Amino acid sequence: MKPARDVYVIGVGMVKYGRYPEKTVIDIASEAVITALKDAGITMKDIQMVASGNLSAPVGQQIMRSVGQTGVPVVNVANACATGSTACREAYMSVASGAFDVAMAVGSEQMGKAGLLGAGRIMAGDPAYIPEGVLGSQMMPPVFSEWGVDHMRKYGTTFEDFARVAYKNHKNSVHNPYAQYQQEFSMEEIMNARMVSWPNTLYMCCPTGDGAGVVIYASAEKARRFGSKTVKAAASILTSDPWTASGEAILDINECTRLAAKEAYETAGVGPEDMDVVELHDCFATAEMVHYENLGLAPDGEGPRYLKEGKFDIGGKTAVNASGGLLSRGHPLGATGCCGIAEIVWQLRGESGGRQQPNAKAGLAHVIGLTSACTINVFVK
Amino acid sequence: MTSESETNEKKQKPIVPYLRLPESAGEKAYLWGSKCRACGAAYVGKRMACAKCFAVGDFEEIRFGEYGTLRTFSIVYQSIPTVEVPFIAAVIDLPEGTAVRANLGGIEPDPDKVVTLLGKKLQMYTVAVRQDKEGNDVIAYRYRPAQA
Repeated sequence: MKPARDVYVIGVGMVKYGRYPEKTVIDIASEAVITALKDAGITMKDIQMVASGNLSAPVGQQIMRSVGQTGVPVVNVANACATGSTACREAYMSVASGAFDVAMAVGSEQMGKAGLLGAGRIMAGDPAYIPEGVLGSQMMPPVFSEWGVDHMRKYGTTFEDFARVAYKNHKNSVHNPYAQYQQEFSMEEIMNARMVSWPNTLYMCCPTGDGAGVVIYASAEKARRFGSKTVKAAASILTSDPWTASGEAILDINECTRLAAKEAYETAGVGPEDMDVVELHDCFATAEMVHYENLGLAPDGEGPRYLKEGKFDIGGKTAVNASGGLLSRGHPLGATGCCGIAEIVWQLRGESGGRQQPNAKAGLAHVIGLTSACTINVFVK
Repeated sequence: MTSESETNEKKQKPIVPYLRLPESAGEKAYLWGSKCRACGAAYVGKRMACAKCFAVGDFEEIRFGEYGTLRTFSIVYQSIPTVEVPFIAAVIDLPEGTAVRANLGGIEPDPDKVVTLLGKKLQMYTVAVRQDKEGNDVIAYRYRPAQA
């Protein structure tokens, strides 16, 4: 959808992902808000609307009680793993529509060591009739593994190809002080790690944890007033899964991404060939592989070759998950979408330090939420 | 006398409503669903409306055949406490135009072996997987490599 007017990002902030049992999620979110306000050079008095993404609870108003009760509208958003990025879209739309001049998206989550994602939902009900493990699986590791094996069926992709995704992202994470884990692993260490759900080993699965991120959007006029390091939010697209014949058996991640990518590139007036930096939804190594092609960064079936040739490395054609991605940075559900956007903004400002993609002028942040939802946010310098 | 023996008889119950168990000897269990009369899209179980063409209430019941093809799978090594691992979680394309989730049987959970089944024909069968609180056998469907 074409925005009624241009929107800019004037400030971002995030906290280092990790496990903070001594803090509340409000503390964590408030730290990110204060950091982003400082980054933008504004105060809560300037914020006209807030969208809060948190999958566990509607914490938006509680965050306001911590950082500033201005009485402005606060919207609580939940959209599975796309919760934070959907909150960003709400804030973006409120500026794009002309309703507000400055809007803030806050994404937060406190998961601790949550174990296997989705287990709680699956365990509910009469235990004898729980289909999990008896009629295949709806848990996140098998579902995203199945999407990798679907790619394998079509193109002959190998276990080693998928492991190479994790190798790249863990290598990038060493330069990201916000990442939950900053540790490089060899291909052997990744491939020989404990198998969680073939073909994803432990180091090919993202960790759970606590985190928060904030993105502040503004109209062109307000952006000019507030600072010079602004980045244009050229598109903010949200899709749901279109009908497919296999959709009843496996939640879609491909078609909703392809639909969102098409709309995002058309709206932004840039194409996949223009993308210098991409933060895409690598909740599992197998997921990243299919999204190279879904986002048009590689022709169908060529993702493994492009990866092997270094096209997605920092310094390559498109740096993919220079932050370390979800695999290393972590994946506190509600925070994820905001922090992927923060990374793209830092990259376009040239503030990403050791993980900086040289001369980055355009990029996108992609998130999948399994319900299914897909968000793509495109940014240009 | 008759009614008492029936009451005490252990029953078999399908794990999902779209699995229909045989009512007499010689019949086979099968999956059933709804086919949209407007566009032909197929779904397991009952439907109110068609997600593909948006037609409302225009379905005929269909019986899915016992064969499908292996679209994808994962070998699961870590699951919830009640689930035995490893198991092969699969997605099976049905020729009638939908797909189902199921476990694969009749093959070891060895990736090198299971990979050779991708795109290959599979056959449905049923198996008692648990007992419910009333002592009934809970019946699930599985797929295994089709006999050549």
